[in-house]
Amino acid sequence: MARSITYREAINEALEQEMERDPRVIVMGEDNAGGEGSPGEMDAWGGVLGVTKGLYGKFPGRVMDTPISESAFIGAAIGAATGGLRPVAELMFIDFMGVCFDQIFNQAAKFRYMFGGKAVTPVVIRTMWGAGLRAAAQHSQSLLPVFTHIPGLKVAAPSNAYDAKGLMISAIRDDDPVIFAEHKLLYDTAAEVPQESYTIPFGEANIVREGSDVTIVAIGRMVGMAAQAADELAGSGIQAEIIDPRTTSPLDTDTILESVENTGRLVVVDESNPRCSLACDIGAMVAQEAFGSLRAPIRMVTGPHTPVPFSDALEDLFIPDAAKIAGAVKKAVDYGG
Amino acid sequence: MADERILRITMPKWGLSMKTGKIIEWFVEEGSTISTGDDLADIDTDKIAGTLESTVDGLLRRIVAPADSELPIGATLAVVAPAEVPDSEIDAVVAEALAEVESGALEAEAEPEPQSVEVAGRTISYLTLGAETEAEPVVLVHGYGGDKNSWLFVQQPLAEHRPVHALDLPGHGASSKDVGDGSLSLLADTVVGFLDGVGIERAHLVGHSLGGAVVAAAAKAAPEKVASLTLLAPAGFGGRPNAGYLRGFAAATSRRELKPLLGDLFADPGLVTRQLVDDLLRYKRLDGVPEALRTLLGTLLTEAGEQAIDTPGLLAGVEAPVTVVWGREDKILPLPEGKVEQVDAGHMLHMEAANDILRLIPL
Repeated sequence: MARSITYREAINEALEQEMERDPRVIVMGEDNAGGEGSPGEMDAWGGVLGVTKGLYGKFPGRVMDTPISESAFIGAAIGAATGGLRPVAELMFIDFMGVCFDQIFNQAAKFRYMFGGKAVTPVVIRTMWGAGLRAAAQHSQSLLPVFTHIPGLKVAAPSNAYDAKGLMISAIRDDDPVIFAEHKLLYDTAAEVPQESYTIPFGEANIVREGSDVTIVAIGRMVGMAAQAADELAGSGIQAEIIDPRTTSPLDTDTILESVENTGRLVVVDESNPRCSLACDIGAMVAQEAFGSLRAPIRMVTGPHTPVPFSDALEDLFIPDAAKIAGAVKKAVDYGG
Repeated sequence: MADERILRITMPKWGLSMKTGKIIEWFVEEGSTISTGDDLADIDTDKIAGTLESTVDGLLRRIVAPADSELPIGATLAVVAPAEVPDSEIDAVVAEALAEVESGALEAEAEPEPQSVEVAGRTISYLTLGAETEAEPVVLVHGYGGDKNSWLFVQQPLAEHRPVHALDLPGHGASSKDVGDGSLSLLADTVVGFLDGVGIERAHLVGHSLGGAVVAAAAKAAPEKVASLTLLAPAGFGGRPNAGYLRGFAAATSRRELKPLLGDLFADPGLVTRQLVDDLLRYKRLDGVPEALRTLLGTLLTEAGEQAIDTPGLLAGVEAPVTVVWGREDKILPLPEGKVEQVDAGHMLHMEAANDILRLIPL
């Protein structure tokens, strides 16, 4: 019968199956094994939240602990990718990307273009994103828009365990650099996941729920929040359609547009700060391409334009929740009426 | 000791994943006389909605599960008994049925699990329902892109009196995705190898679409193993197939490509649920499946889009009784001229007209 595993286990299984299939796949990052090169227990950690645990023993020499120097080991991973390996590097928190922007933006993202398609950079950079772990302003950001902005990068943000496995396998097999953004509050969520390997194509949105009154586009952990909101809204007779883009680059604009053409209303839910966010991007795209279908102004549900607060109470207020989403939907549905 | 005159109508199990069903609407009332084959109620599951038909004759004394109630498989939905059975006895049965649901005992019952057997180096997954009896077993073989779950409305009723095995052909379901050369003989040998592998000497073979051609070829290859053949809209029966559907199905990678095609499978395109599309996409994303479907497409279709299989040719010389059934509104493989049984359905006749199919299988 169908088997249920967690988001964490799904990513681990994808890594294991791809390492099994392709000897060029390697895993590297801070404490990705934990203890390498020192006396005592090996594979003590499997990365900060244990995603790579167990791979060290199965694939000798192919799981590397790296120094706490993101600029060095992300550069090394990108170099290894151009040299023929298919590295999966873990950069603990997306907040730490700043120190390796040159390696990612100016090198990895540009090689295919600048070398006329003769160079490929099949690197996957795994990283954790999102608020809610009580980890304060430097460990809680949702910086997906920054990476989505850069041509040459692909960005995946799975919202559930099934998508996490299929998107990770696609990411590893992809010849372009992929930012693989794992939401830290989803690691323990479980779903039915096939044992067999499978791929989910990039740029193919998932229609999580069908509805005719409003389109909710939500990303990562916000997909579950939108589903909660949709359950509540159904009680008041509002049928919401929920679209999970799964990858923000490439973005499945067709599925979003078709849905808005049907519902006439759009609410975009994105945990990021509002300015230059995915919510802005998707909202602008719909305003430009489907203006004639809109029956109400597009609404964005995002965090406020502030750092993520350290205070538990304030952090809870910062993150969009089902009530805020339902409120935005009701405004859209009630518009003009 | 329960009164043997009191019969219970229970929540059916339609498919592996079904755990509960929701009564949408009853078509009969308390006090109606019902007969085998009467439509009793529409029931919705998370996968698909269907109509529950009566398998008993008698007086419907009590409806236990009103419309809108959601109940586990096996839960008593209604009670049938002759008029002379006193109300007090019916009340007792109803109370017992409600207590059974309340206790959670029904949910706790062990579910049948798929098993697997190695055939010529491939893992073949199958689901067996029904206890071993004197009667010869039934083996169900799905069509192109289908799997053992497509028999959801058929397998359990057939299994009341005999074991019924539904298998996944190579390239499908939970079986190995390698289809070799994808030839009809390889698929037929897999079915014969399956019979040997699970120790079935002789069986009634039922095949749908590609599976219909496969069981015909299996009967030609191993006639001694076949008690009867039931071919549901089998491939290779002449007429121009819907090559656009078949090629489109093989090529589709997204919901937007797949969903519009699937309407052609049914007389009622409303049966294409979100769940059906999602399940098929999940299957098509598995490693090896796109290649398997492409290879098997060459078994079904010629380059020119004609049928590549000659099923009547395979049947020549087969002595077991052969029943051919077609949905009148089949939009995938055309209804052939000549004498075939017809039912009100599209290509997925075992889903749309399951109760007719059950009556037509010569058991």
